[in-house]
Amino acid sequence: MVTTLDLTGLTTGPSQVWNAIRLVPLIRDEPVEDLRLSSRLYGEVGGLVKVGPRSGYVSYIPHGFVATWTDDGTPAAAYGTQLSTDPDWLPTTMGLRFHRGMARRQAKDRLRFLPMHLSLEGYLALHFSGPALVWEQWSQQAIRRGLSPRAEEAYVGADVRGLADALRVFEIHPSQCGVMVYVADALATAFVVPHPDDYRALHPTLLLDLYGELIHHYANLLPPVPDFRARIADSDVRSLAQLRSAVDEQEDQWRHFHDSTMAAALGEQVNSVYRMGRFALSRFLPSFRPGLENHIGEAITDDSGAITYLKTFRLSNNQVRRGYLLDRLASNDWHLADTAAELGIGEAQLGLRLESAGFGHLLRQDVLDGYRKQRRVRR
Amino acid sequence: MDSYEDLVAADDVLLFVNAAISATGQREFHSDQTEQRLSLDFLHAYMLGNYRDLYAGVLALDINDHNAALIIRHLLETTADATAGQRRNEGRLISARLATLPPQRVYRLFDALRRAGVNNRRCRAIIRDWLAARPDLAFDAVKYRNGLKRALRHAHLASAAEELGTFLFTPSARVRYSTPVFETWRRAHYEQAALYELPYTVAEGFAARHGVPRDVFLARIAPRLTRLETLRLQESARHRGIAEAEADLAVMPLTRLATYVVSLPLKERRQRRPELTRALESAADRVVGRHRGSWGKVTAVLDDSFSSFGSVVKRRRPLAVALACHYLLACLADDYTGLWTSGQPDALLARPDGPTPLGRRILDALETEPARLVVISDGWDNAPPGMAAEVLRIWRTRLDPGRRTSIVHLNPVYDAVDFDVRRLSPTVPTAGIRDAEDLATLVELAQFAEGRTGLTDLTIYLNTRAAHMLNRHHGEREW
Repeated sequence: MVTTLDLTGLTTGPSQVWNAIRLVPLIRDEPVEDLRLSSRLYGEVGGLVKVGPRSGYVSYIPHGFVATWTDDGTPAAAYGTQLSTDPDWLPTTMGLRFHRGMARRQAKDRLRFLPMHLSLEGYLALHFSGPALVWEQWSQQAIRRGLSPRAEEAYVGADVRGLADALRVFEIHPSQCGVMVYVADALATAFVVPHPDDYRALHPTLLLDLYGELIHHYANLLPPVPDFRARIADSDVRSLAQLRSAVDEQEDQWRHFHDSTMAAALGEQVNSVYRMGRFALSRFLPSFRPGLENHIGEAITDDSGAITYLKTFRLSNNQVRRGYLLDRLASNDWHLADTAAELGIGEAQLGLRLESAGFGHLLRQDVLDGYRKQRRVRR
Repeated sequence: MDSYEDLVAADDVLLFVNAAISATGQREFHSDQTEQRLSLDFLHAYMLGNYRDLYAGVLALDINDHNAALIIRHLLETTADATAGQRRNEGRLISARLATLPPQRVYRLFDALRRAGVNNRRCRAIIRDWLAARPDLAFDAVKYRNGLKRALRHAHLASAAEELGTFLFTPSARVRYSTPVFETWRRAHYEQAALYELPYTVAEGFAARHGVPRDVFLARIAPRLTRLETLRLQESARHRGIAEAEADLAVMPLTRLATYVVSLPLKERRQRRPELTRALESAADRVVGRHRGSWGKVTAVLDDSFSSFGSVVKRRRPLAVALACHYLLACLADDYTGLWTSGQPDALLARPDGPTPLGRRILDALETEPARLVVISDGWDNAPPGMAAEVLRIWRTRLDPGRRTSIVHLNPVYDAVDFDVRRLSPTVPTAGIRDAEDLATLVELAQFAEGRTGLTDLTIYLNTRAAHMLNRHHGEREW
């Protein structure tokens, strides 16, 4: 099933700015009660969720959430966002020893998000697991293990300058269910949960998320962004009632501007992968248009198509370029010559482009050497 | 007519006064301790360098103790720059202000002077006079032992009472003291019973030395606790099941009481509603006195957004000030409406939460058609940003050019970046506030901040306040 993302059911609140960071709250008038953060994630943090065994109740565990889900008590991360109706269910996990460098301080009852890391390393691999047909150019490694393991460059939220302060001074709305994080007015991530309690629990984890190099550079290099300050033309205000409607108008203007302009890049196509009750879990890939904003992420939508859970990551330009190459290769059944023809370049050129994009190890060494030689000869 | 320079000077002084009322050099919600210190230090240096007379005159205003101590220190450090007349004037202001400072702050100030190597004749005379005016120096010797010792040494003072000197400098030289508190202190070294006759802070050390269990100690020391200590220890005492340490809320000052109330969990506030409300109301009533009901129809907009949490060192201070002002204004007005930014109607259950839709709340307030509108907020208006300024501007310029409604903004938080408290709008005067008790004088002061009165008026105001303070000080002394 293919749908497009929109923010129906969520109201955009006035943005709050701290240096180069702009946080835009997303407010839900009616919280979603029958999809909640899995109660075991709250654990000892507090009985925030009081869920009886209601019929039709679905709980979810966000992608990469770390808890002790293994038998030996070592922390593990949820692999992909998962849905369940069973209160005692153990999610599919990914051991964290592999990621030791990334798994930092682990207090006993502390939860941690690694979602974007898995998005980057596992998620792209999930879509592009490697050549489906065995053409002669591909190396044994590419055939046996596909694209993983791969390491994508990303920065933890604590390294994004100003983000920690911005999250600290941010005033959470009482019925807030989500936030859009802008760095120098580039959308870094969109994050939506079903219920305000879930949001409060997960608000600090934005700091533990990963952000692309683009966002990191923006935060470090660009000056503070301006507030969108309210402006009321005073010529036609003659009474308090008129002043009040002018105030309403100001808020609508901002909402419209944000939804139609700032968040426009989110309108990507979504592929549904799993369905439970009235909820559908989707992962989405952008069309990898070079030079444009490209977001990857996961979403849970309800039967009316409204977003109940959303997490996105903005790819950096290099990542977009890599994704573009993979996308093209996949659509040509990983045939190098056909892909090169479609792109309008020579096969050797494509091979070298793959190498410079970091996929050199996927090609057979002798083939790659042949491409290099061709280039030298041409010069 | 004041010249341009005079207007600038008046502006500078008001800026400084706002800072001196609201800033304590501690961390705030939006800026850390270093920023606060640097910013405040700059202001002090600037004032001292440019307007020495006015700088000293500020001592007579209701500025906070931190800044009062800083001003005194800076004045004493730069004695050489002052003329004879200035010195005489400053000396009087300093000794009057020192008399109202808490003793631990004064001892800390003397110690700072010692470390800075300030030891001129004026400085020594001030230390001498202050110590001479202490009601019970023997008690000070026990409670502020190191402070007093250093002060005596620094000012080259021979202690009048012979026993005091021995006690401070060679305590083991005697086997008996005739001063009772010294004798208790001596006995407390080996006799557990004696330590309960000492001040709490001293006894605590002895109790630890004797290994007295905490709950036994707290239960027995309870009668010796000062008001503040009782309040501080009340919660921990209750956890240990000791009922003795009950603070008497009826005698607490208003802002202190409000701070205590907002520190309580919501459940307890609901349970003790009648008691807390009565205490807050009577505290407000004591402050207002005969001015009760004299302000007419008043509406207040009170900030209980998340930023009113303050910081970990000033926990919920802005919220407490707002709560205290709520009760105070209810007393001052004969028709009062209090509107919290969160929209919740129950003042007693105020807690720092949510955004600051100040613009909308000011609109609601103006709809009640008040004679006075008081806004108490840290000036961060974010839902949407700048809306409060727009509403106030249009109200002033289009809807109420005749100023039927007087509007004032009081801000409990010093903004380190702007060297002032954050303003909502240029059309509305803003003043810093630290204790709700100062509200009436601050509203008066805020009229200066509107830029309509110049240096002459301000100087007259400062001089009146100074004369008032000196009169009170000397009155007490003679009495």
